[in-house]
Amino acid sequence: MKGMEEVVIDAKDMHYRELNEKIHEILRENPDIKKIVLKNVLGQRFIADGIQKKDLTIEIYGIPGGDLGMFMSGPTIIVHGNAEFAPGNTMDDGTIVIYGSSGDVTAHSMRGGKVFVRGDVGYRSGIHMKAYKDKVPVLVIGGRAKDFLGEYMAGGIIIVLNIDEKGNDLGKVKGRMIGTGIHGGAIYIRGEIDKDQLGVAADIKEFTEEDLEKIKPYIEEFCKWFNLPEDVKNKLLNSKWTKIAPISKRPFGKLYTPDLM
Amino acid sequence: MIPSYVPPKYKVEVDPNRCMLCERCTIECSWGVYRREGDRIISYSNRCGACHRCVVMCPRDAITIKENAISWRSHPLWDVDARVDIYNQAKTGCILLSGMGNAKEHPIYFDKIVLDACQVTNPSIDPLREPMELRTYIGKKPKQLEFEFVEEEIDGKKIKKAKLKTKIAPNLKLDTPIMIAHMSYGALSLNAHLSFAKAVKECGTFMGTGEGGLPKALYPYADHIITQVASGRFGVNEEYLMKGSAIEIKIGQGAKPGIGGHLPGEKVTAEISATRMIPEGSDAISPAPHHDIYSIEDLAQLVRSLKEATRWKKPVFVKIAAVHNAPAIAVGIATSDADAVVIDGYKGGTGAAPKVFRDHVGIPIEMAIAAVDQRLREEGLRNEISIIASGGIRCSADVFKAIALGADAVYIGTAAMVALGCRVCGRCYTGLCAWGIATQRPELVKRLDPEVGARRVANLIKAWTHEIKELLGAAGINSIESLRGNRDRLRGVGLNEKELEVLGIKAAGE
Repeated sequence: MKGMEEVVIDAKDMHYRELNEKIHEILRENPDIKKIVLKNVLGQRFIADGIQKKDLTIEIYGIPGGDLGMFMSGPTIIVHGNAEFAPGNTMDDGTIVIYGSSGDVTAHSMRGGKVFVRGDVGYRSGIHMKAYKDKVPVLVIGGRAKDFLGEYMAGGIIIVLNIDEKGNDLGKVKGRMIGTGIHGGAIYIRGEIDKDQLGVAADIKEFTEEDLEKIKPYIEEFCKWFNLPEDVKNKLLNSKWTKIAPISKRPFGKLYTPDLM
Repeated sequence: MIPSYVPPKYKVEVDPNRCMLCERCTIECSWGVYRREGDRIISYSNRCGACHRCVVMCPRDAITIKENAISWRSHPLWDVDARVDIYNQAKTGCILLSGMGNAKEHPIYFDKIVLDACQVTNPSIDPLREPMELRTYIGKKPKQLEFEFVEEEIDGKKIKKAKLKTKIAPNLKLDTPIMIAHMSYGALSLNAHLSFAKAVKECGTFMGTGEGGLPKALYPYADHIITQVASGRFGVNEEYLMKGSAIEIKIGQGAKPGIGGHLPGEKVTAEISATRMIPEGSDAISPAPHHDIYSIEDLAQLVRSLKEATRWKKPVFVKIAAVHNAPAIAVGIATSDADAVVIDGYKGGTGAAPKVFRDHVGIPIEMAIAAVDQRLREEGLRNEISIIASGGIRCSADVFKAIALGADAVYIGTAAMVALGCRVCGRCYTGLCAWGIATQRPELVKRLDPEVGARRVANLIKAWTHEIKELLGAAGINSIESLRGNRDRLRGVGLNEKELEVLGIKAAGE
């Protein structure tokens, strides 16, 4: 099994350590590998954890466990199913595409790359995402996010499309405490958001033509990944958007006083 | 004098008969205490924190700093600190920020514990003529060893040889049980970090990065560095995790248990921003919890994700602040594939902490070591996991007592900074450290020469190591392993029965 470009692994009844070791073994032995297909995945954690390789696609059939693609830098992961807790955790670069929904803290502390979730995401998603120079993490959510979306966000972009599986509008977003402690980056939500849905340090800013230009490529990429028809794409691009951004880069700047004055 | 409700804490006097108006003090003082006016130096005492930089650098020995002997109406409840804190908070309406460790007069249990020595029976050992083993391995130890027997032919004879079947987890090899604690690049200057890195390499021990990432200048010392993953995940990527020799997950800190950290935007310079991987001038906020850890199972998941990311080649430590239920948490850590539990006591230092946390939250490290060690023993886990203790360790005797209470090794933070010149003035959070330790200002950072700093820190570690060997010899022990958890060699002086019980030691005379 050397020099291959595509490998299929049947993960049925495999422990996560065995599965991940197998993936690493394949990477070691096949430097030209382009694609790894994992079948019958059922809750195995840490898949693609820390893998540094561009031009690699990992296709997952089933439901991967927590911390999918954590610390990952480069690969593209496609999940045909739901994902568990924290996919894209502290991810450095690469793409994660989830055809179903994903759990809490999706894209936690992500510092680069893109995560596309066709369905909904759990609580505290996009929490503490951060950008540095050309590294700008992007999280695109097809459906909706639970509360505390983009909490402590320090950089990057979160986009909430607010559509169901057929592309129909889901109605007004209900999430609360959006962007609590946000001090960098921006959250774009399709539809109206009330001020009382925001957390401390977050503010509603004007959605400009520049903002639209900024999010357009990611919406287009989302539509491409999930085969959304042209009319849905146009609807998304021509909708009313709400931009949520920090009041300041220093939300806690006025919190303290020195004890020795 | 700038009008203030609070009178100056110190009084700075420049003796005009000695002063030669070289103005060195006006340059050395980064707090702006001195100014030349005509043919004399005038001082603003209210800005002085008694860091001694001016005193040490004055060529004419012309400067004296005294506690400002101003009388306050003495009151047993309303001490001066209580009143001053109120004046400051009434002025700003803000949380009081403070530096260094707990400044309340809580008991120091280390000072109420005395050591044993051999007399006549079981003779003491002279470490100058007999080897003294201080080597310590930090990391997971196997529950039991399994062997397989392989038949080999040697000189025509078939011999059954035992081969180790059990896979031994990677451990850190320490030549002395003293490591330098995690203090971040950002809180400390690069030259302070370089001093520590050179020193630990020389002494065969390790230092922590803190959560500020690993500056490129420290890469040559990476095999003596423990990287840290804290709730802000600053500077954490695959390269960083693979670079160090172990990884520490920081859950809490003794100086401020239960809260996160805020590195103010003005300290996030270009270099700091590069290692933390955040934009320049932006606050670096570490949330109070790790938001991917809401339970002991989640902690195990983070431990395992770090193990997976490093292909199970790096030991993973978990650091917690010493709090009431530390023993139970330590059990959770011990069952999570973590290699060591780090306990940080309430006297541990900090660059910046809300004063109310620094002075009131957490428990003494001595109690925490004893309680964690005891619980892990009861659960049958102590032999599998290492304990690292930190928080207020000032001398070799403290190290010795910490190990006898149950620790494998200790981290020193403040002591290592004091070796660099730190005066414990407690104003680290201002970023104006005149000694070049807790600052990012280039003109102050360059005051600390990493070569000189490394020499001083290495000297300190070596001196303590010698003293530990002497203490071991006096106790008739020739290996640090035989001291670990050996509480029978400790006695308490002036402690009540409950305290003795928690510490697991007898009273002196017993």
